[in-house]
Amino acid sequence: MIKPRIVALMILLPLATLYVSLFIGRFAVHPGEVAHILLGQFVPIPRDWPASVETIVLQIRLPRAILAMFVGAGLAVSGAAYQGMFRNPLVSTDILGVTAASGFGAAVALLLSKNAIALQIIAFAFGLAGVGLTYLLARVYRSTPVLMLVLSGVVVAAFFSALLSGAKYVADPESKLPAITYWLLGSLNAASVNSLKMALPPIIAGSIGLLCMRWMINVLSLGDEEARSLGVRTEWLKGGIIVCTTLITAAAVSVCGIVGWVGLVIPHVGRMLVGPDHRALLPASLSIGATYLLCIDDIARTASASEIPLGILTAMIGAPFFAVLLRKTRGSWQ
Amino acid sequence: MSAPLIEVRGAGFSYGEQAVFSGVDLEVYSGEVLTILGPNGCGKSTLLRCIGGGLALDQGAVRFENIDLSALDARARARKIALLFQDHTPSFPFPVLDVVSMGRTPYLSAFGAPSAQDMHIAEEALEQVGMSHVKKRPYTELSGGERQLVLLARTLAQQPAVILLDEPTAHLDFKNQVRSLQQIGALAERGVTMVMTTHDPNQAFLFPGRAALMRPGGSLSVGPPSEVITNESLSAAYGIAVAVLSIERRDSGELKFCTPWYNWPRSQ
Repeated sequence: MIKPRIVALMILLPLATLYVSLFIGRFAVHPGEVAHILLGQFVPIPRDWPASVETIVLQIRLPRAILAMFVGAGLAVSGAAYQGMFRNPLVSTDILGVTAASGFGAAVALLLSKNAIALQIIAFAFGLAGVGLTYLLARVYRSTPVLMLVLSGVVVAAFFSALLSGAKYVADPESKLPAITYWLLGSLNAASVNSLKMALPPIIAGSIGLLCMRWMINVLSLGDEEARSLGVRTEWLKGGIIVCTTLITAAAVSVCGIVGWVGLVIPHVGRMLVGPDHRALLPASLSIGATYLLCIDDIARTASASEIPLGILTAMIGAPFFAVLLRKTRGSWQ
Repeated sequence: MSAPLIEVRGAGFSYGEQAVFSGVDLEVYSGEVLTILGPNGCGKSTLLRCIGGGLALDQGAVRFENIDLSALDARARARKIALLFQDHTPSFPFPVLDVVSMGRTPYLSAFGAPSAQDMHIAEEALEQVGMSHVKKRPYTELSGGERQLVLLARTLAQQPAVILLDEPTAHLDFKNQVRSLQQIGALAERGVTMVMTTHDPNQAFLFPGRAALMRPGGSLSVGPPSEVITNESLSAAYGIAVAVLSIERRDSGELKFCTPWYNWPRSQ
């Protein structure tokens, strides 16, 4: 069905990028040394590298790279699932208001001077609450029509954006406001083993859930009534997809701020490579999303003396890339 | 006659305040093609969607082999009743065979995907409607007529007891109308039970079975096509002058058809 060459590429590309990410940076480490350090974790070999290098590779770069991969993979697979469910190529993971709500939660936490863990928990909880609100708002006649979901998402996102602006307005312009603004631009520089523990379980759980439903997303993309006539319990399926993508997106936003464009663009790249069938598209989106965000983050931390916020880079690279894609496909799905 | 396969009793449906039909009684017998006729807006498509389970009745019930359909979940219902939609909006450019294999969904678990055996059933269904040659093409690239046949194959892959067809020839050109009707006729020959709505009264004469003429509000006359479709009944239902004619065919007896009387004002 899918060419073995493409499958191999999808598996090898993220791993190769991960390896490269461990030796590039402001403190250059020799690729061979990285290989030795990694190998040294599993087999006893003589430790001929400085301890500081091992700390940089294993304690700083590795957690950050892993977080980048999981966030990228999660956002991409969520975007692909949503584009199928909403039958719309312009849909992204923030369509139901999760990003705006999480962003407001994070701003509140920053206003209250909470620590990083508390911020992540509050942002995550607000993200779930925001989507829950959208879902309740969209519920009519014991069903949730797709159009109602989209419109309710617009309402909830606008409401939380207004609250966020309010939070910024009352924030201390010397200390709090820059913190909020910088956080909203997105960054992985707070990545640590702790943030991995916080973000990975929901991202992994949500991704597995979506992968399990990937054939049913094909059927759902025919539209609600037709899917129902084919025996799909559409309300359960849509609910399941929303829960999974919300877990992923809220976890991603809570650890690294707002990273736009990944969930919008990567599914289109996936469709170009493996076609529209979600059985292949979802795994492909995982792989491409992981590789993409890892590359972006490598640029973010190496391109200039100070770090470039992720959100700026994903949009600056994502938007022109999407433009090229649009011209090439002329708006069709392939 | 044996017990009906589907029994509609006292069915009523309304969109909010606006009642579409009420008090509809209808039976569908195994092996027949029941053709439902009626003017625009009389509610025949709505009735079909209620039987198919896409819409829920406000009053009355639909019983399938004496089981209330509202008691069945979507999966169980989809194994018994398949629906060919009138307005199908293509989504992604899935290959034709994958679209047909979606008919196997009611036999899959919630996290399942079609097995090799399901794909085999899908291929056979595609074969039956004579569309095997396009099985690898993206179905968004097919013509309207070809797509309709592919979707008919999908209902066959569902292996239902009855197929509901909502105006299967709407949007099709003359040749593709005939092509679709021929496939439906072939299925009727094999004893597939079908309920079909149509705008063209002629189609009721084509298949073995009964015709139902539906008037706004839901009053129905049901019976053999030649009794239900007459000059008087059609003229009354549609509010235009209609003539039902018949010609002798050398091989297969009488062919009935109807035509309106056009009567436009002469320019003076």
